[in-house]
Amino acid sequence: MSQVPQITRVQELIYELPIERVMTQKVITVSPDTTMSELKEILRVNRISGTPVVDEGRLVGIISIEDLIKALEKGNIHAPVRERMATNLITAQASESVVEAVKKFAQFKVGRLPVVNEQGELVGILTSGDITRGLLEAIGLDYHAEEISRYRARHIFEDIISDQTGLILRYKVKPKDFKGGGGASSRIKRALDRLGAPPQIQRRVAIAAYESEMNLIIHADNGGELIAEIQPEVIRIVVMDNGPGIPDIEQAMRPGFSTAPNWIRELGFGAGMGLANIKKCADSMKLESQVGVGTRLEIVIYLRPQTNNHVHSVQQEREAKEQP
Amino acid sequence: MISLRQIAKQLNLEVVSTSSGLNRPVAGGYAADLLSCAMNRAKKDYVWVTLQSHLNVVAVVSLLGLAAVIITEGNQPDAETIARAEGEGVVLLLTPKTTFTVVGEMASLGVQGEPVQ
Repeated sequence: MSQVPQITRVQELIYELPIERVMTQKVITVSPDTTMSELKEILRVNRISGTPVVDEGRLVGIISIEDLIKALEKGNIHAPVRERMATNLITAQASESVVEAVKKFAQFKVGRLPVVNEQGELVGILTSGDITRGLLEAIGLDYHAEEISRYRARHIFEDIISDQTGLILRYKVKPKDFKGGGGASSRIKRALDRLGAPPQIQRRVAIAAYESEMNLIIHADNGGELIAEIQPEVIRIVVMDNGPGIPDIEQAMRPGFSTAPNWIRELGFGAGMGLANIKKCADSMKLESQVGVGTRLEIVIYLRPQTNNHVHSVQQEREAKEQP
Repeated sequence: MISLRQIAKQLNLEVVSTSSGLNRPVAGGYAADLLSCAMNRAKKDYVWVTLQSHLNVVAVVSLLGLAAVIITEGNQPDAETIARAEGEGVVLLLTPKTTFTVVGEMASLGVQGEPVQ
C-alpha cells in the first residue's frame, strides 16, 4: 500500500517564497572596465567570492574568484574584467519561486545567481546560503505565529476557570441558501485554527460541518441551527432542524442514497455521501429524527491526535469483533 | 513535485483568481462533479477537476485546503464566485477542454490520484 504524498512545510515554502524575499538586495558590482587587480581588492574587502558585471545598469556578465586565479596564473592581472568574465548568463527572476533557483543551482553548478526583474535589470544576488537563511526565517515566523495562537488558546481555556470551559459558536442556516453554503463551516474551521488545533483535525471538522450545513440548506424546510461547542480536548457539533425528518435513518446513512431533487443534483449536491462523509470524519455521531418533527445530529471530534487515535482503535476493535 | 504555475502553463489554463499566487506545490489530483465526493476524496494540496462553477466550489476548495480547482468545458464562474475565491485565496483555473482531457494531460505531467488503499 503506497502512501498519500504529504507536502512538508519546507517543501511548501520553497514553492511559495519568491526569490526576491530571500535574495541579497545590496549587490556589489563591477564594470567591464574594472581591472582584475581592482577586482581582487573588491572581493577581499567585501569578503565575497564573485560579483555581477554591470554596464550602464544592464547585466553583462559575472566574474568569480576562480576567474581571478586563472588570470593570476596567466599573468593577466591588469586585464579588464570584460576579457575574463563569463557571459553565458544564468539568471533568476525576482518573482519566481525559490524552487526554480534550487533547480538552476543543481543544473548549472553555479555558486550564485544574479537576480533580475521583468525588465531585465539587476535587482539582487542569490546564493544557496540566502535560500537556507530565507527558509529558516520563514519557518521561524510560522513557529512564532503558532506560538501566539497557542498562547491565545491558553488564555481562553486556562485563564478562565470553571469546571468545564467551552466556547459556543451558533450559526443559523437558511433553507435553500446555496450562496451562504460553507459559511458556518469555514468560520468554525477558522476558530479552531486560532485555537491551535492541528490542521488535519481542522479539516475533518470542516468536512463534517460543511456536510451538516449543506444538509440543512438542501433538506430542512425552515433551515436550522448549527451549534459548535469547542472545549480544550473536543469539539461537539449539534445540528438541528424542525422538519421534514428522516423516515429511515439506516437507509439515509447508506452511501449513495439520496432524496435530493434533480435541480439540486445538477448543482453537484445530493450525491448521497453527506452523512457517510460525516461519519468518516467524526469520532462519534448520533442521528435522531422524527418525520414531521425534525432531525438532530450530534458530531464529536477530538482535538488532540492521541485521544483521537485511542478512539479510533476502540472503534476498529469493535468493528473487528462484529466481522464474522 | 510540480507547481500550480507549471500545470497552468502546460495545460494553457486561464487563471481567474490569483490572490494566493501560483507558487504552490501540487500533491495530486481528483476529478468529480459531486461536491460530497470531492469532500470525501480530494486531499490537501490536490487539484480538483470539475465542470461545476458555482459558489460552493470555492467553499470546498477552501475547507479542504486544495491547491486549486480547474473548471472544465468552458463553464464560467460568476462575479460573486470569483470575488469569494479572491477573498479566500482560492485559485480558480478555467479551460474549454473536457475533464477527461485535463486529467489525461495532468497525468502525463506526473500528477497522480490518491493511491488505492
